[in-house]
Amino acid sequence: MSTGMLDLLLPALGQTIYMVVVSMLIATVIGVPLGILLHTTGKGQILEAPLLNKVLGTVVNIVRSIPFIILMVAIIPFTRLLVGTAIGTTAAMVPLVIAAVPFIGRQVETSLKEVPYGLVEAAEAMGATPLQIIWRVLLPESMSSIVAQLTTVIINLVGESAMAGAIGGGGLGDLAIRYGYQRFRPDVMLATVVVLVVLVQLVQFGGNQLAKHLDKR
Amino acid sequence: MALITLSHIEKTYDSPQGPVHALKGIDLTIDTGDIYGIIGLSGAGKSTLIRCINLLERPTAGKVIVDGQDMTALSDKELRAARKNIGMIFQHFNLLSTATVYDNIAFPLRLAHKSEKEVRAKVEPLLSLVGLESKARQYPSQLSGGQKQRVGIARALASDPTVLLCDEATSALDPQTTRSILDLIRSINEKLQLTVIVITHEMQVIKEICDKVAVIENGVIAEQGSVLDIITNPQKPITREFIGSLISNDLPAAFRGGEISKEPVPGSYLLLRVTFVGESADDPVLADTIKNFPEIDVSMLYGNLDQVHGIPFGRMIIGITGPQDRIEAAMAYLQKQDIRLEVIGYVHRNA
Repeated sequence: MSTGMLDLLLPALGQTIYMVVVSMLIATVIGVPLGILLHTTGKGQILEAPLLNKVLGTVVNIVRSIPFIILMVAIIPFTRLLVGTAIGTTAAMVPLVIAAVPFIGRQVETSLKEVPYGLVEAAEAMGATPLQIIWRVLLPESMSSIVAQLTTVIINLVGESAMAGAIGGGGLGDLAIRYGYQRFRPDVMLATVVVLVVLVQLVQFGGNQLAKHLDKR
Repeated sequence: MALITLSHIEKTYDSPQGPVHALKGIDLTIDTGDIYGIIGLSGAGKSTLIRCINLLERPTAGKVIVDGQDMTALSDKELRAARKNIGMIFQHFNLLSTATVYDNIAFPLRLAHKSEKEVRAKVEPLLSLVGLESKARQYPSQLSGGQKQRVGIARALASDPTVLLCDEATSALDPQTTRSILDLIRSINEKLQLTVIVITHEMQVIKEICDKVAVIENGVIAEQGSVLDIITNPQKPITREFIGSLISNDLPAAFRGGEISKEPVPGSYLLLRVTFVGESADDPVLADTIKNFPEIDVSMLYGNLDQVHGIPFGRMIIGITGPQDRIEAAMAYLQKQDIRLEVIGYVHRNA
């Protein structure tokens, strides 16, 4: 592989990882509590609140139904307001976070639903507060499943970050479009694809290992 | 002394098919130190009833008094404090799969923000009480059903409760394990002066450990009393059905299907169901009858001897044949004895 190729690939890989990691962190911080709320405000759950549950569910569904490429363009004014520009790696993270938050919310909700209600009931019978039930029962018991779900979200983000690259976000997607496609460099295209495949494999492998380690069932 | 008083408990659920009246005015008093059984078929409302005691289910109407406290009048915070006095174990154990045996037992203590030193001082004796010292570092998935329930019991005892609620605690266990869990519950009841409420659909469980029992059917208490009274003298069909799992209520095969007549029929047997309780189980009532009335034949068609808390009781079905006047004389004699006699009727033996 020529030095020229590495000079192209490494910064692009760095930008992709930067975009995915930072937007994943921000989206997790917002998305996990969202998922907890989606679950616990549901019917018969510890913080039952039908109206809030309905509102959250509807918002999540609306955002999730917008294809990422459209979301990205549609929120450009908002992105500009937030980071001052609509172009670049940092700007690309705004739509990435917005798309990932409701995704994580639903995934976490699904994981929490798998926790048998009997465990919640047992904790209630022992005098646990709703917060204690969330921290000491729901989250630990669903952690393995949440990790597996978040792995899916990360892989999704890798794909979306490539799309974001197409509108000037940088990263591997940007590289593949500009060099591989527009400058007719099939070698760059191929190298990008290989790097993406390896990246996704690594994420999936790491996620599986961690999920397996956490699962005591 | 009454530790738990339930008065006029009602519970109505909303369901897509309209409101469901699960409990229709339950009155129950449970004394300190009792092991009180509540038996019913699934759907009878027994699980709802036990959940009304620690307010996992809030009754639609009625009062729940536990240890002098009106549970339904408490704030959320007071209710959480009151629940620490009421331990509970479950049919499916409800242990944290991601926590070790030790951490499961420590769970209620950590909820109460106890120091790790206090936690250990509490958990270690509990581990030995339930016989799981060697399993402290294992996860529930590595345990058998009986061991899981032992963890459940230790966890329920960690906050020093005055009451232990057992919700079908042995229903998922095999008979041998059931017996060992029941023995453990009884020994805890004696050692710690713990009041125990047992929900079950198995009469065997009631017979093994309960002092008193209430039979619940369609959201009302059909019958209640001491276990010995209920077993030896059931009043309601539902109770007889439950007792039937211990002692057969059916007629012997040779007499089944035939017409049962209240009036004497030539060539038929007079069938009697005889119940002995306590001392009278030792009296040779039948032998004496045969001796005193040599003209009649007494055949023993079914018999069962058992005991409840050391008190023997027996139930048998006998068939009498012979001259009608002697049969009636024997009946009169039997009725004077210290036994319970139920006349089934005159039946022909099957061909």
